[in-house]
Amino acid sequence: MNPMTDEETPVPQPAPTQFSDLAHETAEDHPAPVAGTTVFDVTDLSVLYSGFRAVKDVNIDITEHEITAFIGPSGCGKTTVLRCFNRMNDLIEGAAVEGSLKYHGVDLYEKDVNPVEVRRRIGMVFQKPNPFPKSIFENVAYGPKLAGIKKKSELDEIVEKALRGAAIWDEVKDRLNKSGLGLSGGQQQRLCIARALAVNPEVILMDEPCSALDPIATGRIEDLMEEIKQDYTIIIVTHNMQQAARVSDRCAFFTTEVNPDSDQRTGTLVEFDATEKMFSNPSDERTENYVTGRFG
Amino acid sequence: MTATQTRSSVDERLKVPRDVRVSTIKGSRFRRNRIATIGMVAAFVLAAIPLLFVIGNVVVKGLPVVTTKFLVSDIPNNAAATELSSDCDTLRKYDPTAEGDDAAPVEKPQPGMGRAVVGTLITTALAALFAIPLGILAAIYLNEYGKQSRLARFIRFMTDVMTGVPSIVMGIFIYELWIVRFGFPRSALAASLALACLMLPIVVRSSEEMLKLVPNTLREASAGLGSRTWKTTLKVVLPAALPGLVSGSMLAVARAAGETAPVLFTIGAINKVAAAKTITGQSTTLSLQIYNMITNGGKLSPQMAWGAAFTLIAIVLILTTIARTVSARFVAR
Repeated sequence: MNPMTDEETPVPQPAPTQFSDLAHETAEDHPAPVAGTTVFDVTDLSVLYSGFRAVKDVNIDITEHEITAFIGPSGCGKTTVLRCFNRMNDLIEGAAVEGSLKYHGVDLYEKDVNPVEVRRRIGMVFQKPNPFPKSIFENVAYGPKLAGIKKKSELDEIVEKALRGAAIWDEVKDRLNKSGLGLSGGQQQRLCIARALAVNPEVILMDEPCSALDPIATGRIEDLMEEIKQDYTIIIVTHNMQQAARVSDRCAFFTTEVNPDSDQRTGTLVEFDATEKMFSNPSDERTENYVTGRFG
Repeated sequence: MTATQTRSSVDERLKVPRDVRVSTIKGSRFRRNRIATIGMVAAFVLAAIPLLFVIGNVVVKGLPVVTTKFLVSDIPNNAAATELSSDCDTLRKYDPTAEGDDAAPVEKPQPGMGRAVVGTLITTALAALFAIPLGILAAIYLNEYGKQSRLARFIRFMTDVMTGVPSIVMGIFIYELWIVRFGFPRSALAASLALACLMLPIVVRSSEEMLKLVPNTLREASAGLGSRTWKTTLKVVLPAALPGLVSGSMLAVARAAGETAPVLFTIGAINKVAAAKTITGQSTTLSLQIYNMITNGGKLSPQMAWGAAFTLIAIVLILTTIARTVSARFVAR
């Protein structure tokens, strides 16, 4: 879909997205080209580590079946924000979140939301390929087994589907019982994607999934993302601007602000828009400087 | 400028000829390197000498004594051992079944370490059964749940203190609590409790270090799939840490198998033990018998002690090998 044509196509908005309209009032230059169902509605999100504000003022809508990229220089909080989406920051001691992060209208940080349930719905692929020290089959079957699927035939089916989905089936089908650690880096990362797909999440968070891979493996992962976005919603953090331009539909640019009094660095969202616009005609000068390589 | 001058003079000092065959390294550096190397090799040799000496001595003196009969026969009581030593030059010459020699009465016991072998195996196994699961669970609490919380830090500190407590204190503790306060008899069970107290801090600390080595990315990957901490621990962390957990636990087992002090006043230390009462009745261990044999004098006793020492080392070695082999089969690949 082309986000630039959104004005001609009125889109049915589910109730929760009304909040996003409010959110965008603060950022006057955001046209918010919402074309599909809003999955996440982030309003004034801040993340604090032991009281220190690491990221602030994040207002983003994540749209279904799109790839949203987070770009920005190192230390600007992209990964920190990404890890809010499946409450992975809960695992870090002293981390706290302010503002609201709504998933289909429900704030993920509400009291009666169980982070385990969140993570079952919102999968994650990490920066470094991290297969379990188990067989390829066991790696992929891990999530479904947790979800209570025990029958071998059902697991077989899920594992094959997930491995096919991650475009690695043909390479590993004859050695499913071999260790996942015996694969190459690119294969390991696709195995990790298959592992995430196997629990059939709605959203997949990718934290610089290609930073440890060579260009060929990177290309395969990017093709894969393009293929699976019909079924999933993807948020990707990347250092690589070309990658963001190639794969994403929408792009969020983060940068670091230095507090002149305390010399503390806090990440903040600068601009969030359709990728095409971000890379051709960004509204903010800082975005332009970054995407043209003059900064960062 | 001074800055540029300093820099250029430094550049000058770092200048080397293009021909790499020309040595620019001062002779003193070679000498110092040589001295350091010799020093390190010497330190290693010095450290290895006592170890090799001990093992060599135990093998030379213990191995000839250890026969199948030695491993299963009853332990002679002190009087018998002394008496035996008066008419036997070596243990191998001693044979009570030799009918031709009238000097040796037929009812004289065949000397061996049977009870001590059984006692060592039982007390060590029981102690391991108590201490290893508890210790690993405690380590899981410290590393996966408690982390830096006040309780976890307190437990960690107390465990460190316990590691340094002399082993005889553990013996007194169990003696006071189990035998004096609760009125239970001295038994293999009581001794194993004392040994378990000794093993526990070792197991906790070594297991925690092993769990720490499991990369956090694996925990995150598991959590990211909707796994609870307990499942992550059970399915990902423990399998990944298994070889290390086994090594740490085996160190504790080896330590417990060789301990004498905690056993001294908890086990009873009698030589002939009724077979039916090996756990709840009085018993003895190899380490205790080594102590007994050496202190009661006589010609035969030292040989018995060397035999027991060799047996003890062999048992620890065999246990460790088995544990390593078994854990290697379950190693997370």
